[in-house]
Amino acid sequence: MGTTYFIGGIHPPENKITAGCPIETFPVPAKVLLPLSQHIGAPCEALVKAGDMVEVGQKIAQGRGYVSAPVHASVSGQVKSIEPYLHPIGRQVSSIVIETDTNQPQEWANSAIPLLKLLSKDTAALRDQVQDAGIVGLGGATFPTHVKLNPPVAKPVDTLLINGAECEPYLTADHRMMMEHPQELVSGIQLLAHILGISQAYIGIEENKPDAIAALREAATKIEAKGLTINVVKLRVRYPQGSEKHLIQTILDRQVPPPPGLPMDVGVVVQNVGTVYAVYEALSLGKPLIERTVTVTGSGVRQPKNLKVRLGTQVSELLDFCDWDSEGAGKIILGGPMMGMAQYTPQLPVIKGTSGVLVQTRAEVNTAGYRDCVRCGKCVEVCPMFLMPQTLSIYAERGMFKEAEEYGLTDCILCGCCSYVCPAKRPIVQMVGLLRSLKAAAKAKG
Amino acid sequence: MVKKMPETKELKLFVSSSDTAIPKIMYEVLLALLPATLMGIYFFGLGTLKVIGLSIAGAMLSEALIQKIRRQDIMVTDGSAAITGLLLALTLPSNSPWWMVCVGAVAAIVLGKQLYGGLGWNPFNPALVGRVVLLISWPVQMTAWPKPTPLFSHAIDAVTAATPLGILKMEKAAAIVNISRIDLLLGYRGGSLGEVSILAIILGGLYLLFRGHITWHIPGSYLLTVALFTGVFRLISPAEYASPLFHLLTGGLMLGAFFMATDYVTSPVTRKGQLVFGFGCGLLTGVIRLFGNYPEGVSFAILLMNSVTPLIDKYIRPTTFGKKQPE
Ligand code: SF4
Ligand code: SF4
Repeated sequence: MGTTYFIGGIHPPENKITAGCPIETFPVPAKVLLPLSQHIGAPCEALVKAGDMVEVGQKIAQGRGYVSAPVHASVSGQVKSIEPYLHPIGRQVSSIVIETDTNQPQEWANSAIPLLKLLSKDTAALRDQVQDAGIVGLGGATFPTHVKLNPPVAKPVDTLLINGAECEPYLTADHRMMMEHPQELVSGIQLLAHILGISQAYIGIEENKPDAIAALREAATKIEAKGLTINVVKLRVRYPQGSEKHLIQTILDRQVPPPPGLPMDVGVVVQNVGTVYAVYEALSLGKPLIERTVTVTGSGVRQPKNLKVRLGTQVSELLDFCDWDSEGAGKIILGGPMMGMAQYTPQLPVIKGTSGVLVQTRAEVNTAGYRDCVRCGKCVEVCPMFLMPQTLSIYAERGMFKEAEEYGLTDCILCGCCSYVCPAKRPIVQMVGLLRSLKAAAKAKG
Repeated sequence: MVKKMPETKELKLFVSSSDTAIPKIMYEVLLALLPATLMGIYFFGLGTLKVIGLSIAGAMLSEALIQKIRRQDIMVTDGSAAITGLLLALTLPSNSPWWMVCVGAVAAIVLGKQLYGGLGWNPFNPALVGRVVLLISWPVQMTAWPKPTPLFSHAIDAVTAATPLGILKMEKAAAIVNISRIDLLLGYRGGSLGEVSILAIILGGLYLLFRGHITWHIPGSYLLTVALFTGVFRLISPAEYASPLFHLLTGGLMLGAFFMATDYVTSPVTRKGQLVFGFGCGLLTGVIRLFGNYPEGVSFAILLMNSVTPLIDKYIRPTTFGKKQPE
């Protein structure tokens, strides 16, 4: 039995249909679309203009603030235009369009620098390299990684947690990554620990991935960094086990304070498995973030796969590649079914935070309306943040900011457990999300 | 090209959720009430079918009518009005006149539920509202209980019989020693048509618990409080007060604890709040039974606690994750 954890949460059908599919490399697309904002923080400004030739890995956009991450060309070719295109967040975002030039080299060619050599490097220089590579949290949160690696002096960090829970149903990209690249991940962990100057790291993996647990336990026996211990922790299968706060509580029994509280307030930095791999590649190969693993799955695709995809590739191309049923598709979700974002079209790019593409068939999609709350209390029981979602949702539905705030508008992690169990089918998490964006918009207006 | 958006398909985007929807829960509650209903029919004759049928029909018709008038979606088949109707019937004397049943059913839906905006917004348990309206309007008819004459037993005359709690109220504890506990458990006693068979009610309650539609918190704390409260007085004066077991097996307590106090809409949403709620129901029931003018207090106890529910939910709230730092 895996260790656990927190009270609340749910256990939806896991549907990890692609768990046995090795990561395939998706061919270099004819064109990529790179939004200037693929992270949390200030958007980037383009460093190139239409007509410029760019090489793969070249920095083409740069953020102004510290909390920002640059964008790199994911293919070699010519910049066609910079204009607004649909972005997975549902809005038009200024994006750089590059047409691939097949005569140019499209692969990243540098060879790996030995780990020991890297571990002797100055930590600030390594951190800058991570920043320069444009790495953000690849689990979906897309928070710039270098910021997490630079905790303020007032908040000493003693533990690195690697999030391999992958508690979202369907998604298997992290699972495959852990099975196929355990040694690279362990190297990445050593580098991260070196940058943070800490001596203990944990990898949390849900027990439905015993092969990944075994692979990492094996790899973790070969640590080159001095004084570092890496523990692989088997976690009970429970959603949202992979939520940062709940992962920390499970493994370390520490509770992150409410927002603006961060994991570093309790001495922890959490990184997703995919992010660790990106950090490894950035430091050892000097390779910026130009591709990521994406699970393309769901009953709406006939050949579900795990794909290594260049950023900016159109989702529709991935779906074609996996032979999707475009007629029978009822819903396309970027990310997992619980926290992903439903899209009304596949004509949009894979960005840094795209962990999966899930296609549900029409029959699967619940199109029934919702009704008034019957106060059954089921949402209260499952809310892992210990909120009262039914009250919160009623205030959110009516746009009552102040009351909603008092009932945890900012504490909610948008995990969707409440909507999942609600017999009235209330879209609680959507209402909360909507009110939050309205609040953010109001704030931006001043 | 890319910028051109394909036609948006007509789809509503909802999080697909588990298959437990409100109608499913409601129908399972109806199923859970079936044993108690059947026992009522068995003890009080086929005439009870008229009461049950009228009550359910009255409740569903008035619900449909109001939803129509208010131009809402007609959701009368979701089972909730049927539950209200059935619960009301189960709390009535088995020979209630037809017009009284109808008034009760309409009052339950109109005054108890739709006036507040329909399912989800009503502060009081609709069936109990209906019952109390009848109790206040026609106290005599509402407290004349026919003696049970089991089907196939060839008893012809319906005689009225005092309920065990009524006997207790009038003649103190000495009068009830002859009442068989087994009869109480099975339901061979005077009382409302669906409250008599404790065994059947517990069976239905266990089913709801097992299916996860209710949790033990409300019935558990309710029954325990009644047992403790009456137990204390029994210890003080056995000549005057009945045993806790007698209290648990009589009146509408079991039906109330498993099927009325547990009503989602009118009870607190947090587990802690539900414990407080059950405790309050138990205390009030005990006080009314032992010291009130009425022999029975379940309806009033639950209605009173219904009125406290918003307060309980306001003050008994879970502590948000991270708010309290573990030392
Ligand atoms: S209220 Fe927020 S944190 Fe709680 S279950 Fe719903 S989405 Fe999750
Ligand atoms: S689960 Fe739905 S119906 Fe039940 S209390 Fe929560 S919001 Fe209301």
